[in-house]
Amino acid sequence: MIGFGVLSGMAVTLRNFIGSYFEKDRLTTVQYPEERETLPENYRNFPFLVYDTDDAEAGLRCVACKICEKECPPQCIYIVKSEDKKPDYMAKPQFYPRIFDIDISVCMSCQICVEVCPFEAIKMDKVFELSRRQRFDALLMGKDELAKSNTYYHQIHPLEAAEVDANLAAAAAKKKPAVESKATPSANT
Amino acid sequence: MSATSFYELEQAPPPMTSRIEGELLEVSLGPQHPSTHGVFRMNAALDGEIVVKLKPVFGYLHRNHEKIGENASYLGSMPYTDRLDYFCSMTNNWAYALSVEKLAGLEVPERAEYLRVILAELTRLQNHASLLGFLLSDMGAWGTPLMYAFREREKILDLFESLSGSRMMCDYMRFGGCRVDPSPEWLQRAKKIVEAFPKFLDEFEKLLIKNEILIARTQGVGRLSAELAINAGITGPMLRACGVNYDLRKVDGYGFYPRFKFRVPLGDHGDTYDRLMMRALEMRESLGILKQAFEQIPAGPVMNPKVKIRAFKPPAGEAYGRIEGPKGELGFYLISDGSANPYRYRVRPPSFINLTILEDLCLGHTVADVMVILGSVDIVMGEVDR
Repeated sequence: MIGFGVLSGMAVTLRNFIGSYFEKDRLTTVQYPEERETLPENYRNFPFLVYDTDDAEAGLRCVACKICEKECPPQCIYIVKSEDKKPDYMAKPQFYPRIFDIDISVCMSCQICVEVCPFEAIKMDKVFELSRRQRFDALLMGKDELAKSNTYYHQIHPLEAAEVDANLAAAAAKKKPAVESKATPSANT
Repeated sequence: MSATSFYELEQAPPPMTSRIEGELLEVSLGPQHPSTHGVFRMNAALDGEIVVKLKPVFGYLHRNHEKIGENASYLGSMPYTDRLDYFCSMTNNWAYALSVEKLAGLEVPERAEYLRVILAELTRLQNHASLLGFLLSDMGAWGTPLMYAFREREKILDLFESLSGSRMMCDYMRFGGCRVDPSPEWLQRAKKIVEAFPKFLDEFEKLLIKNEILIARTQGVGRLSAELAINAGITGPMLRACGVNYDLRKVDGYGFYPRFKFRVPLGDHGDTYDRLMMRALEMRESLGILKQAFEQIPAGPVMNPKVKIRAFKPPAGEAYGRIEGPKGELGFYLISDGSANPYRYRVRPPSFINLTILEDLCLGHTVADVMVILGSVDIVMGEVDR
């Protein structure tokens, strides 16, 4: 019968329309600024630098090895290595990044910097509300903006951060068993 | 002085004389057009409403993908492959990983192979679902079917997000395995979504597949003969809609596909309706593959521990890795000279090659059918222009 196909299609639409008042899985809209969905654990968006202890400058895990700068596919990382060494959070003299810039407007959130970093110093953030009113360098993030504490890292990626801390503690224990207690980066400072 | 039209420049006479005093109307469809799936332009010469000549114009989204690939490291090209066909980043990842694995002779752990099959079939589901929605919205069923399709697609994209961290730019696979091991909860969730998917398919078929308007718009429109399809190198659902039994999952048997039982749906007429139904039938087969994969997936590592992804230097040589992407045969041809960058990096994009016969499909149909035919080809401009 001509027209039956159209009518049965309309019935589906009607069922969906009425169903959206009763069934939750037919109504999937989230009223965004007021309601927010929780982001999944693995969600990634832009990188940040992890620091231990409370001091963002001294506790920075980054030793300016420049591996992430080299591997970054869109080349949005710019690092200038320090000339002197200063003690890091494990009291071991290390180089540190004098300048560490990431141009977030160039970054494509591929997570390769995180994968290649041998020091667990760079991780992916979950902040996505990053609109700026300026056109040019407002999204060029310097070291001070990028540095975020290990506590914050634990908040956004709890499982992954716990694993990283366990790995770091194991590596530290293996390297210097004598000063183990001192060297272990504390998980939740 | 009057401006010369594009076919005068080509010095080709229009193939038909017009009924209206020999004059043809030249229409430029796109690049800013809601039905061209991105920035794609068609220069059509119309006789009344009938298309007598059609010239696709593309390149608006050209991003130098292949040249970037030659200058990036093997690892660095992986996130760029997401941006080829941004609907199916997982299959793009797989095709690229497969060609690098062929180049360097890498082994992939069993669990990773199963995961790849699962993710590729999920990608096929969401690609075909959204294609059906787009196609119907091109035909004037504006909004509603597309939103139903996107509702299902979003569930699968949420799965991708919780696994890889990103909805569309997954960047999940690596040569020698996959990046993250999914938790058992993730697999359970995926299983639940796959089990609920037939409900959506039934509903969708009821919604529009039997609709008289849809049948009138699609049956006999844009007919493609099997000979032309084979000669033009058409692959994927478009080729199978002509009745040619060619599915790389069966022919090549890459990955673990020989371990799965599934049928390859074939069309009969090669028209738009067949191409549309092909997608609907393929989704059902994908669901079967997914069910088997969820049962068979073993525990174990997801990454080959011998592969170091950083400073990866494969031996000199060349390799072509190809997979059956949702849109057709997606291949990556890599030539290595032993350094950290590929010497040549070539993509064989299915939507670009399927698009080459657009004129043959459209000739003799009305200009309104051009959009329907273009929609049934299933293009993504990110892949066409690269």
